[in-house]
Amino acid sequence: MNLVEATIAWLADPAHWSGVSGIPARMLEHVALSGAALLIAAGIAIPIGVWIGHTGRGVALAANVANVGRALPSLAVIGIVLPITAAIDPQAGFKLYPTLVAMVILAIPPILVNTQTGVGGVDAEVVEAARAMGMWPGQVVGRVELPLAMPAIAAGLRSAAVQVIATATLGAIFGGGGLGRFLVEGIAQQDDGMIFGGVVLVAGLALAVEGAFVLGEASLRSPGLRDAAVRGAAARAA
Amino acid sequence: MIDWPWMADHLDELAFRLVQHFFLAAIAVGVGFVISLAAATWVARRRRLRGLLVGTSSVLYTIPSLALFAALVPVTGLSVLTAEIPLVLYTLLIFVRNFLAGLDSVAPEVLEAADAMGYSPRGRLVRVELPLALPLIVGGLRLASVSTIGLVTVSGILGDRFGGLGFFIFEGYRRVFATEIWFGGIPAILLAVAVDLVLLRVQRRLTPWAASEAVATGRQAAGAS
Repeated sequence: MNLVEATIAWLADPAHWSGVSGIPARMLEHVALSGAALLIAAGIAIPIGVWIGHTGRGVALAANVANVGRALPSLAVIGIVLPITAAIDPQAGFKLYPTLVAMVILAIPPILVNTQTGVGGVDAEVVEAARAMGMWPGQVVGRVELPLAMPAIAAGLRSAAVQVIATATLGAIFGGGGLGRFLVEGIAQQDDGMIFGGVVLVAGLALAVEGAFVLGEASLRSPGLRDAAVRGAAARAA
Repeated sequence: MIDWPWMADHLDELAFRLVQHFFLAAIAVGVGFVISLAAATWVARRRRLRGLLVGTSSVLYTIPSLALFAALVPVTGLSVLTAEIPLVLYTLLIFVRNFLAGLDSVAPEVLEAADAMGYSPRGRLVRVELPLALPLIVGGLRLASVSTIGLVTVSGILGDRFGGLGFFIFEGYRRVFATEIWFGGIPAILLAVAVDLVLLRVQRRLTPWAASEAVATGRQAAGAS
């Protein structure tokens, strides 16, 4: 049986579409874990990034944090966190937290850097004009800087989402849930159909999410962003 | 919680895995560099091929690493190729994007002047365009090296012969032995951060005029994981 037939046969088998280790359940685990990590990371990185971008304080520090964060090997991060969370919570500590912690750590840098450069990159004259119109600092951030920085922030969320989905896959190596399980078990059992079925699902999810973000970014673009210079600044920040 | 004597007993194995890690990464970065340089210079002035190359490499870059390693197992088995092909593929997007940006950064007047001076297309590329693209080329080298060092750990899924420092993470997990997981994981992180800092130095020394470009390439964020 060749590879394509094996993959189709595996994907078409109804037995693989039900139960706690079926495809829908694994897909749901993967999406839920990724979404949770992305939300937590955004909740941490966006406020900090806005603050740094708005005040111009701590820019170098943020760049360094982001650089080190980008250099972190995900698998190593999961592995290092694993014994610690397992000691704290022997039940879930092995399965859920290590991957989640690693995902959050790895998702913060792209969101932080993009938010900071997006907000910091807003034309000083625009900010000046907003102040002259009588806006107080909160309004300057909320009504001027954030909308203008939105494309950059969305691009940061997109890189973070791709990163997070990949890291969730790695969690399966350590017994975590998600679609990575099919890859790990497929390799262990030398089941080519399962390996390739898993590859199709994982790659499909990653590409679908990336595509959804690209579409979403287009709709997030503020209608006020017609000015070519502002668009250029946003693109550079992305 | 940490078994120090075990660590002391396994220092020679740590050295072996460190060297293995370095070579697995270096081969991938080297091969990826050459392929990307050839491809980028070839498509730089061909719009359709250029879109195709960037599009294909970004799709590959989006696919999670574990899936790419796994996808090759039925094809090339548990061999060095299965470890190296995904590593090379992940460097392509970083290199291609940076090489193209570097070539694009050369001003048209400079190209025209070079032509007027009688450079052959090839001479112009080697003597004028590539030197001017250097800041972005070195920036790409740095991003690709760091991301590849991280991904080498994942190749441990292919068995004990691979993975570099990642081997200890896999074996430590199998044996439920925290010390061994850290024995591989912490050096893997230190290696990635150290290489990042060294290449940043190189980047700054080679291109002291280009501090702002260095920041720009660093901003491209997101190594594959």
